Amino acid sequence: MPMPRPSASTTYEKSRTSTRHPLALTIILSTALLALSPAQAANLTDNRRSGYAFMGPPLRAMQDDDMTNPASLWQRDGETLWAEPIGEAGRSCADCHGDAASSMRGVAARYPAFDRTMNRPIDLEQRINHCRTAYQKAGPLAFESHDLLALSTHVARQSRGLPIAIENSKALHPFLAMGRSLFHERQGQLNLSCAQCHDDNAGRSLGGATIPQAHPTGYPLYRLEWQGVGSLQRRLRNCMSGMRAAPYAFGAEAFVDLELYLMWRANGMPMESPAVRP
Amino acid sequence: MPKAGSRRSRRRFSVEAFVLLPMALAGTVALAEPPLQPYAVVGDSIPRPLTGQPGDPDAGRRIVADRQEGLCLLCHSGPFPEQPLQGDLAPALDGAGERWSSGQLRLRIVDARRVSPGTIMPSYYRTQGLVQVAPAFVGRPILTAEQIEDVVAYLATLRR
Ligand code: HEC
Ligand code: HEC
Repeated sequence: MPMPRPSASTTYEKSRTSTRHPLALTIILSTALLALSPAQAANLTDNRRSGYAFMGPPLRAMQDDDMTNPASLWQRDGETLWAEPIGEAGRSCADCHGDAASSMRGVAARYPAFDRTMNRPIDLEQRINHCRTAYQKAGPLAFESHDLLALSTHVARQSRGLPIAIENSKALHPFLAMGRSLFHERQGQLNLSCAQCHDDNAGRSLGGATIPQAHPTGYPLYRLEWQGVGSLQRRLRNCMSGMRAAPYAFGAEAFVDLELYLMWRANGMPMESPAVRP
Repeated sequence: MPKAGSRRSRRRFSVEAFVLLPMALAGTVALAEPPLQPYAVVGDSIPRPLTGQPGDPDAGRRIVADRQEGLCLLCHSGPFPEQPLQGDLAPALDGAGERWSSGQLRLRIVDARRVSPGTIMPSYYRTQGLVQVAPAFVGRPILTAEQIEDVVAYLATLRR
């Protein structure tokens, strides 16, 4: 799959400095960065590499072929659920959206997206649950439940190969700035920030595991360690536990802000969902 | 992660997030544990041991190699042929006892920021000024005073 060409430097990798003056630098950098269009941001950051680039040929092959990618099982369940009438409304996703291959093309690539009723960004899982409660008159699915993962995998699969395209809208800016500052904030008993591992030490070995750049290009994805499909928030909870930080609750605003920042940081990179990771 | 346990821990965490976040925003997390031993920094060193007992180098070696306890090999490598998975985020520990005195080693473990302000090496003997700490670790340093003395005693044996 095509990978952006490596280059020497990026503008946002200033975490060493920013930890010393967190607030001031966060504001300056976020304001400067958010003024860029997604395409400009992509050009500046063309040394970005997906976690895919850090894996060996066998795992890449497993991801690339639907026949060997274990997440295909979840996706096919999602395809079935897509067409099932449910809830008091007795409607299926397909009744409103038709064929996912066309109606859901590119959708996952622009989530989290601003939602007017919530007056803040919501992620794909929250969007699916919103449709369930508002239009199907069914209960929300639990985070990390099989059905929610199946549906989000099916929807995200329709964006495979398309560039991540978080909208450059003013309404998103405060949430992006919050996500960015969470990414650079030291936390947990080990007092580490996401940026210290993923910006400053990507490609190095953390006790034998290669540290990726933390691009969310592949979610939901099948992780060998989980022996199942999991969401981006599950991945982030793993990292937070590693820092001995208290992970945010599933669906917490802080998580969605972080997801939004990670997606924005990966703008222009191709979607891989559902990916495979070690 | 086993399926059965994850649901329970999720509920536990969702409650904690509400409890911890406001405290985290206040800058520090409340302390329930006894205070840390006081220590004096002289130059780039803590010359006096944190405990009355001398450290045990064998126990220190075990702590350094342990991925849950010392965590050192996540970032460092060292003379541990039995440990295939070592880190390369930090200088190798080989020869540390030749490069540094025991007092210098002690400060680097207790609070590496004093030597290198932006370092990613955690301060192993610190409980204040931390944010969003998982409840199991609130108010506790990463290593106890005794464990730090053990680690210092072990590192002092590392000569090329
Ligand atoms: C001490 C190092 C460390 C810290 C701190 C850390 N991570 Fe990670 N992260 C890793 C490692 C190592 C992996 C890869 C794990 C593997 O594949 O075995 C990873 C994986 C990821 C991935 C998955 C990338 C992919 O290709 O699927 C994302 C996203 C991520 N981290 C985001 C974060 C965020 C956000 C934070 C802060 C809340 C954070 N990380 C903190 C070490 C860290
Ligand atoms: C998260 C990463 C990390 C962990 C965990 C870690 N260190 Fe370090 N350590 C570093 C880095 C990075 C340096 C280099 C100092 C700097 O940042 O300027 C360092 C420096 C040192 C030094 C001075 C090295 C030299 O020769 O200059 C010693 C000694 C040391 N560490 C010992 C330990 C021990 C013992 C442990 C575990 C109890 C440990 N470290 C855990 C990252 C780490």
